[in-house]
Amino acid sequence: MIKHDNIEKSLPLMVVMIVIALSWGGMAEIVPLFWHNDTNKPVEGLEPYTAMQLEGRDIYIREGCHVCHTQMVRPFRAETERYGPYSTAGESVYEHPFLWGSKRTGPDLARVGGRYSDEWHRAHLYNPRDVVPESIMPSYPWLFEDKVDGRLTPKKMEALRMVGVPYTDADIEGAKEAVDGKREIEALVAYLQHLGTVVTKR
Amino acid sequence: MLSTFWQVWVAVIVLGSMIGCGVLIMYTSRGQRKEETDQTTGHDYDGIQELDNPLPRWWVFMFWATIVFGFGYLGVYGLGNVNGLLTVEVDGEQVAWSSTNQWKAEVQKFDADIAPLYAKYTATPVEELAKDADALQTGQRLFKSNCAVCHGSTAKGAQGFPNLTDNDWLYGGAPENIKHTLTYGRQGAMPAWGGVLGEEGTTDMVNYVRSLSGLKHDAEAAEKAAPKFQQLCMACHGADGKGSQLVGAPNLTDDIWLYGGSSKQIEFTLKHGRNGKMPAHLEILGNNAEAKIHLLTTYVYSLSHQQ
Repeated sequence: MIKHDNIEKSLPLMVVMIVIALSWGGMAEIVPLFWHNDTNKPVEGLEPYTAMQLEGRDIYIREGCHVCHTQMVRPFRAETERYGPYSTAGESVYEHPFLWGSKRTGPDLARVGGRYSDEWHRAHLYNPRDVVPESIMPSYPWLFEDKVDGRLTPKKMEALRMVGVPYTDADIEGAKEAVDGKREIEALVAYLQHLGTVVTKR
Repeated sequence: MLSTFWQVWVAVIVLGSMIGCGVLIMYTSRGQRKEETDQTTGHDYDGIQELDNPLPRWWVFMFWATIVFGFGYLGVYGLGNVNGLLTVEVDGEQVAWSSTNQWKAEVQKFDADIAPLYAKYTATPVEELAKDADALQTGQRLFKSNCAVCHGSTAKGAQGFPNLTDNDWLYGGAPENIKHTLTYGRQGAMPAWGGVLGEEGTTDMVNYVRSLSGLKHDAEAAEKAAPKFQQLCMACHGADGKGSQLVGAPNLTDDIWLYGGSSKQIEFTLKHGRNGKMPAHLEILGNNAEAKIHLLTTYVYSLSHQQ
């Protein structure tokens, strides 16, 4: 039997024991989901992001949108009433990394696609106070000047393909051309308008 | 549903841990002395010694209590595919608890509770319902959750998003017009005229448009653009510039501006066109959408028909 004296005096043993203790709950709660159809199978109609949406998503990450906005409608009446159908795992199988977030300073964005016009998004991102005077969201005026750099887009798609996103060769080939020279705001709005639109039944 | 393998996997880990914790506390309590003494464990760290006393009784009790609570929790909520004893009412039947079933039960209960009220509201014509303070308050709350983001919490709008309080309507202000706008949305379509008008033509047209609302303008330039207005703009805005609610073309003579009435703003509108969009809300509003649209119509209608 291991004496606790031995564990306390041996750092490697302590580390191993801590890792086992911390993983214990995950073994029951997380590991089975790796092999679960509900969590691994894309929902019907789910397509990989287009090159524009993918670049928009990277801008979303770069600007830290996920820090203040979640993308996870929980199965509570209050949430489905406000945002639309609750999120399911099958919607996120092509998300690497997922952007569910953990804190709502602003509203959830999982179902924001199609809710407002493109023009609203542009006005709002340029200066949120122009359309929502009470808003505390920062302004993002540089998105209207900076251009998307398409050199890395095909590589991003290849990387995503390696982890299971079904991009075709044609998708990857046309990616650079699809985004090059476009303003960042266009990519971000394309991404936002796509969010949550695969599941339409509210 | 978990497969049999994973069901067993989960059950073994969960139950095994709980029983294991019990075994651990029994094992460590074994052979412990019953009372506090000055006896040390013999551990000595830089002169700090550790007393060898029994665990406090309340602490041991808490330990056992959490294990008992754990079994109780499993009994109520279930484990993996095995349902617990807790039930919720879905479709009039008691079914085992799951987060999905709990959500369904919540939604169905609310819908059933509110159904008589919504039925009463939808049976009342908008003009009449606009006198009902309770209905207006519900409408206002729906407005604040769904419409205020574009039209503002006071419904006075913003540049590009119409003011709903001034009784000036792009697509008509009758209840059925408002209802249509809410249900199916609207898509504005002012084409870009920069290429057709040219630099000077655009400036002339700006002056003409401003003249229609009696704003400060260069009369000579306006006069030059007048025939062009009849040629290019009349189809939507009408010969007199009073607009058309059929196509959502604004009245240009009332000095109410969706995109601003300064020369610069009008010039931008002329050069680049405008494509304002009101999204269709039938789907966005979700459950009871028809009733919600009826209440929203009532609220929006009331804004420009104050008693």
